[in-house]
Amino acid sequence: MSLPLDAVYQEVILKHYRSAARRGDMDAPDAVVTMRNPTCGDDIVLQLKMSGERIEDVRFKGQGCAISQASASMMSNLIAGKTFAEAEPLLARFREMIHGDAEAARDKTLGELRALSGVSRLPRRVKCAMLPWDALEEARKQVDAAE
Amino acid sequence: MTLSTLETVSPASPALDVERIRADFPILHQEVNGHRLVYLDNAASTQKPAAVIEAIDRFYRRDNANVHRGIHELSHRATEAYEQARGKVARLLGIEDEGELVWTKGTTEGLNLIAYTWGQANLRAGDEILLSVLDHHSNLVPWQLLAQRTGARLRFLDIDEQGRLDLSALDDLLTERTRLVSINHISNALGTINPVSEIAARAHAVGAVMVVDGAQSAPHLPVDVPSLGCDFYAFSGHKMCGPTGIGGLWGRRELLEAMPPFHGGGDMIDLVELERSTYAPLPLKFEAGTPHIAGAIGLGAAADYLASVGRDAILAHERHLMAYAMERLGEIPELTIHGPRDPAERSGVVSFTLADVHPHDLATILDGYGIAIRAGHHCCQPLMRRLCLPATARASFYLYSGTDDVDRLADALHKAREMFGY
Repeated sequence: MSLPLDAVYQEVILKHYRSAARRGDMDAPDAVVTMRNPTCGDDIVLQLKMSGERIEDVRFKGQGCAISQASASMMSNLIAGKTFAEAEPLLARFREMIHGDAEAARDKTLGELRALSGVSRLPRRVKCAMLPWDALEEARKQVDAAE
Repeated sequence: MTLSTLETVSPASPALDVERIRADFPILHQEVNGHRLVYLDNAASTQKPAAVIEAIDRFYRRDNANVHRGIHELSHRATEAYEQARGKVARLLGIEDEGELVWTKGTTEGLNLIAYTWGQANLRAGDEILLSVLDHHSNLVPWQLLAQRTGARLRFLDIDEQGRLDLSALDDLLTERTRLVSINHISNALGTINPVSEIAARAHAVGAVMVVDGAQSAPHLPVDVPSLGCDFYAFSGHKMCGPTGIGGLWGRRELLEAMPPFHGGGDMIDLVELERSTYAPLPLKFEAGTPHIAGAIGLGAAADYLASVGRDAILAHERHLMAYAMERLGEIPELTIHGPRDPAERSGVVSFTLADVHPHDLATILDGYGIAIRAGHHCCQPLMRRLCLPATARASFYLYSGTDDVDRLADALHKAREMFGY
């Protein structure tokens, strides 16, 4: 069996890796989460600004591979403007997809993130794709605790 | 071994017959992702020849029993094989006094052993420990913990732009407060061969004890440990064709004799009373509990194997391979090789980055072509920060690596470039 290299390293993934949406800092964020993968050294800093229940703005920075950076970029685009209640099913769906659920990989609610479905065949890279989503879960805890 | 003595290795040393050597390593005869496996992650762990696998198999099938205490035949055989293995490893590393060779789980345990015994007994607040930014976490964290326990201070040798230790700062860093110097012989991340004999001489001049992290040198250099001029030398078996979970610590007898035990328990004792004990002679004083008997026997077989191939021949082969790799990888646009530019200044490790392609992506793409490399911080996070790199990709060679492996690596890196739009 060969690895699905072409399926993983698609143009859309490389586009987000090179020119990530929403990379950078924001003023006065309501949640700041730093997550690190100690085994590979990758990290992400995810910042959220809330407007009531809604995630008004998302910014991230950090270092990582094409998979983690594209996942962070696409996730940031997808959750901006949504409430946590709306974002959570997407997180659950993404998790299903990245662990190999074929139906989740066809779910259009995930938008461009479906391009990452091939990562499910690279078990050692699943944690890369999940890093920003794990950070999002922590961010929600911060926001909930602040309320 | 210093750089100058390395240069005495004859370039006319017989080249290894790689195909013949590969025949000794069953694991290499497989396809990964549809391609012949090219294993270039030897700095992390090496593969095992059939002779090692069979020695372990034979022990468990025929001789398995505990060592040093049984009267019966199997215990006698197990003890004989276990102690013979110590002798084989000692001879490979030039160690005459087998009592000075303590079995450990590996380099990490060896360094921790020194920190918890010699270090705890000899360091006080205000004393200094000299390390380098080139060191592996296993040669940083035990000393950080020791410094926290004792109040000692850590100081660090820096590197130059080619990843070589900056010895010009050594005189300023070595003071009458320096009690211990611990440096890796070869950088696992960059392949730099460090002049540990010179550093040891200068450490001794200020009364410090010199520790060498030999994890990467014991497998690759024809090391004669006592002649390095150091006081302790730690190494791992699994990086030199032996099993995991076994390694060794060599120390000068007078230091080992004066040190308190590390772990207490069975096998390391002489006389035990309810409230006090006396300890076994070296090396058993430091080998509490039932040891990794099969591991030691496997490492003994690995020592025999490496000796039969020839340590000088292995070094000459890796030198040749490194020069070839630097030439082939140097042809790849956008690829940067980190570490010393002169192949003679590095062991069989080539650490590189390719434009903005993250090393993890490189490792995944190479894996797709059946090529196993390492990517990441290589357990050297301070070094990566010093080099302003998040990570590097690392190909590391051993005696079964050939120029065909280097060609496969170079070809796959060209494909990775194309995949990323270069």
